[in-house]
Amino acid sequence: MSHPIHWRSLWRFLLLALWLAVGLALSQGALAQADPQGEAATAVPALDADTWRQVRSGEVDANYRDSRFDSRYNLVNASGETWRQWRNRWVSPYGLIVMGGMLAMIVIFYLVVGRKRLEAPRTGNKLLRWQALERSLHWSVATLFILLALTGVTLLYGKHVFYPLFGAGVWGAMVSGSKLLHNYLGPLFGILLIVLLARLLVHNLPKKHDLEWFRKGGGMVGNEHPDAGFANAGEKAWYWLLATAGLVVIASGLVLDFPNYGQTRDTMQWANLLHAVGALGLTAVAFGHIYIGTLGTEGSLEGMTTGYVDETWAKEHHNLWYEEVKEHAVPEEHLPSQEPQDDSTRGSSTQNS
Amino acid sequence: MATMKFMCDAERCIECNGCVTACKNANETDWGIQRRRVVTLNDGEPEEVSISVACMHCDDAPCMAVCPTDCFHKTDDGIVLHDKDLCIGCGYCLYACPFGAPQFPQKNAFGERGKMDKCTFCAGGPAETKEEEYQKYGANRIAEGKLPLCAEMCSTKALLAGDAQEIADVFRQRVVRRGHPDGGWSGNPRRDQSRTGAGQPDVSAADSLAYDAARQG
Repeated sequence: MSHPIHWRSLWRFLLLALWLAVGLALSQGALAQADPQGEAATAVPALDADTWRQVRSGEVDANYRDSRFDSRYNLVNASGETWRQWRNRWVSPYGLIVMGGMLAMIVIFYLVVGRKRLEAPRTGNKLLRWQALERSLHWSVATLFILLALTGVTLLYGKHVFYPLFGAGVWGAMVSGSKLLHNYLGPLFGILLIVLLARLLVHNLPKKHDLEWFRKGGGMVGNEHPDAGFANAGEKAWYWLLATAGLVVIASGLVLDFPNYGQTRDTMQWANLLHAVGALGLTAVAFGHIYIGTLGTEGSLEGMTTGYVDETWAKEHHNLWYEEVKEHAVPEEHLPSQEPQDDSTRGSSTQNS
Repeated sequence: MATMKFMCDAERCIECNGCVTACKNANETDWGIQRRRVVTLNDGEPEEVSISVACMHCDDAPCMAVCPTDCFHKTDDGIVLHDKDLCIGCGYCLYACPFGAPQFPQKNAFGERGKMDKCTFCAGGPAETKEEEYQKYGANRIAEGKLPLCAEMCSTKALLAGDAQEIADVFRQRVVRRGHPDGGWSGNPRRDQSRTGAGQPDVSAADSLAYDAARQG
């Protein structure tokens, strides 16, 4: 009889030993439960500094969950405030300063120096400068540029002027119309500008005499006329500005215009800043281009409207080009109603100007 | 006047998404629009923590500052509302918002954004009639003297909505009772106190039920 009792007590002993071992292992937790002070000191913090750093950095790891459908957002959009400060504190006020400063400089220049008139009388003989295709491209791009500048400036500054002026009803229609025009004309402008740039590339390759032109300030003041081919160095600078900053504005505009290609919020912040800086800068320089092409220089505008310029104008402003094409001068009364389709009258001018 | 705020107690949020569903139902938002989202950090790890996020009705709201149409306004209760008649769907509020609150229904070609939609603190928005208001912005529970439905329906009362002072008091009491040096998210005085070593907080009165076995890992 003693045997079975003995075995049972041994089994109980083993159980007790196991209980003690488990109890020892758990004693830390049991102590903490009894002592809130200790618990407070040893508890795992809800969020440590590393997690906050990660949240602020904008990156998400494999253990990040967002219950929103299709969401790619971190908990906190850390770059949003940076974008806001850049846009509101730098881009918008300085855009106004740059554009206003340019306008002021033009007005002062006009009042002090005045219009650049032809020095010699017109000869009445005309040279073909801009073909119909180039003119229609130029005016299409110019019209779109002005529309995009007006709508863009409305989107950036309009709320400070037109909202208080006209009230919510008119302003609402105005700003939604601006956005619609801006978004739909933008890509068209981009395509046409690229075609125009390709068409005019040969005229705008840098030459050695361009440096001299810059050194003399283009002869804007005084009677000096530095050497210039079909395009002078100033026109070339405007061309290359459009070919660089202009393309950046177009590319960033497309990023903003088509948000359906999965670009992130951060990408669009950058695109927005580049777009605004580039477009405001180009608008300011365009003021100069418009002034020189219309009021600033006698005889320039007719080149882009009729296609023909006077011999005197060509001789004074584009002497190297004039030397190449002077044989093709046509008396005003013999001007064809439609200029020839081939390049012959303009000669091989452009390639070796 | 009150200053309305949301506050989510991350110690209590159990990631049930009840707030998301309540909001969706109360406001009958467009397809694909979900004004609230629940974010979980360190999912599946001991430090896992969840928080429900929507428009936080900022004092210095970035969306208001960058909106090209000035369609936002702040009510006397500190609620940030917007006028969908003025919204042009440019997306700038989304670029600026710290919380990813603005959303845009996509109904047009080329991913063109529709009128922005976001949490209104269940306070509706500018409209001629009640029906129009509901259709555009969802419920106006504030006008009925009620708080946002997300917070009202939160099963663990993690999500608090109401006057900033009141919900801060509720939260502060919870932190004290929990006896946890980091009972909130950050920036609470107890945490700073323990970090600077300026005397351990007296937690002798802490509810022993606040003991969190899961955190003893």
